[in-house]
Amino acid sequence: MKRYFTPANLLLSAILLWAAWHLFDWAVLNAVFRPDAAACHALEGSGACWGVVAEKYRVIFFGRYPVEEQWRPLLAILLMLVLLGISTMKRFQNRRLSVIWLVGLAIFLLLLKGGLFGLENVDTPRWGGLPLTLILTVFGLAGAFPLAVLLALGRNGRLPAVRALCSVFIEIVRGVPLVAVLFMAAFMFPLFMPKGWDFPSLLRVLVGIILFAGAYMAEVIRGGLLAVPKGQAEAAQALGLSYWQVQLGVVLPQALRNVLPALMNSAIALFKDTSLVIIVGLFELTGALGLAVDGDPKWRAFALDGYLFIALIYWIGCFAMSRYSRSLERSV
Amino acid sequence: MMRWRNWSLQCLVVGGVLLALYGLASIVAAKMRGLGVEPGFGFLWQRAGFDIGDALIAFDASDTYGRAFLVGLLNTVSVASVAIVASLLLGGALGLGQLARNRLLARLCEAYVELFRNVPLLLQVLIVYVLLIGRLPLPHEAWSLGPDVWLSKSGLALPWPVFTDAGLVLERPVLGRFTFSGGAVLTPEFMAVAAALTLFTAAYIAEVVRGSVQAVSKRQSEAALALGLNDAQTLRFVIVPQALRSMIPPLANQLLNLIKNSSLAVAVGYPDLVAVADTTLNQSGHAVECIAIIMAVYLFLSLVTAAIMNSWHGRLLRQQGGY
Repeated sequence: MKRYFTPANLLLSAILLWAAWHLFDWAVLNAVFRPDAAACHALEGSGACWGVVAEKYRVIFFGRYPVEEQWRPLLAILLMLVLLGISTMKRFQNRRLSVIWLVGLAIFLLLLKGGLFGLENVDTPRWGGLPLTLILTVFGLAGAFPLAVLLALGRNGRLPAVRALCSVFIEIVRGVPLVAVLFMAAFMFPLFMPKGWDFPSLLRVLVGIILFAGAYMAEVIRGGLLAVPKGQAEAAQALGLSYWQVQLGVVLPQALRNVLPALMNSAIALFKDTSLVIIVGLFELTGALGLAVDGDPKWRAFALDGYLFIALIYWIGCFAMSRYSRSLERSV
Repeated sequence: MMRWRNWSLQCLVVGGVLLALYGLASIVAAKMRGLGVEPGFGFLWQRAGFDIGDALIAFDASDTYGRAFLVGLLNTVSVASVAIVASLLLGGALGLGQLARNRLLARLCEAYVELFRNVPLLLQVLIVYVLLIGRLPLPHEAWSLGPDVWLSKSGLALPWPVFTDAGLVLERPVLGRFTFSGGAVLTPEFMAVAAALTLFTAAYIAEVVRGSVQAVSKRQSEAALALGLNDAQTLRFVIVPQALRSMIPPLANQLLNLIKNSSLAVAVGYPDLVAVADTTLNQSGHAVECIAIIMAVYLFLSLVTAAIMNSWHGRLLRQQGGY
């Protein structure tokens, strides 16, 4: 008890309380929640202007999606959140989950793209905001994981040429920033395509993200593979299983269980890294805010409040994922 | 039989990859020629035609693309160096702070780490930049932080030693019609990137430091206390030297991440290597060459940093007697 009431502690507590009160005052009490630019300007910094979110929420959450059709990305976001939510619940973790995901993702894409069942077609350049963040994260992980498994098995495998190729790929991709890979996707991939073929920008950037995340996850999985005792693979081979049966059925499940927390970290990092796609012209959550306020002189002064709101969204997402990861660690 | 199969499989794989690379190279070369751009690195000697606002060496539009890349590289190295030093200091303090006896301080440091690790770095850079641009005064109303040190929207103006005919002289920043000239100016873009990199990486470094210090056996600190050392002395002479051994490889990893993350500077207009390459790429059409330069430089920087950290680690292990 004595330790809590030292002078330094009391002073620190006093400063913290003052700062917390000030923050609460700024963020809630004095803040403007209505989309009223005049009221925001009148604040002159004494309160937060959440009105910028109230005014621009359509662009922030849905990007440049046509306004009349915006119920579709809204439904898509809710669908994705439900899919993610039920995947964390034990009663749904069986074989049926993969089918549920496949159907769910198909409906998700259908909602956004349209063109069938009477839904109007909306091309990928108009997709933006939160659905875009979710697409890049979920499809990025879905693509990166199999690639990572192949790379890890290749780097650990018997054939020296395959080992060398996988090592070179992984080391090069891990040695360069994601921005460079995104540039490659945006500017170099079109040069690779023979005349006439044209891939939408979203697909190219997704491929870039998959390659990047795949290399990092490959190293994580490789660590897991190395931690599985050699006896497991040898016993399986002695039982007559083929190479792929041994790897996929015996070694991999144990390896993945070892590195589940590290894989979750990779997933969280990928979620944060999707914010970079603004650099190649895709307007996901972070870029959408820039789009919303940069061209509007009335609201440009309150870009900071908008960015803080978006930071809050990312923080909630990452924090939820890291909490889930910690609960996974405990249960495994 | 197996050996023959393995050999042929490998030859097939390597052959396939080489063929694919050759095919891609021909397609790319043909496409570039179709656009009127000759593939190759010769463009590096062409006139750049664009200015770079924030440059450590003299540069204007009539200089070559090659020199522009050099300016970008120097900018990357300068912002990364500042951020490395600052984040090591801040991260070390935060890591040790999480283990402090003062529970409030420990919680505070934990809160910092949780806050800054869970927000994307790009967002942090943008927030710091918008904060600086919004709150800093105009140059003619600059805040004076000391003799000849001015802080304003055009940056932090400092006196800087320069070579003149009279030898090494301290050049003072002078307010012209619109902005400061002379001396050294740290632009808001530089400050935003450096600050955000520091705050973000410090959170990760704090976790590394905390993990390594906690891994040092409790008996060490108990023995030190028994010998009469106080907390600060224990930390300095007993705990930290031992923690350093397990700390250096993950620390090296974080510093490598910092160097790669500095590429985000392109989002706020700080002319680092990636930003310069972006401009060059769009202007000259040499996409493949520019991206190859970016990748080669970052791989080189990664190798240099890894080598330095590895040699430090090796020296430390030898000093402490291995095991």
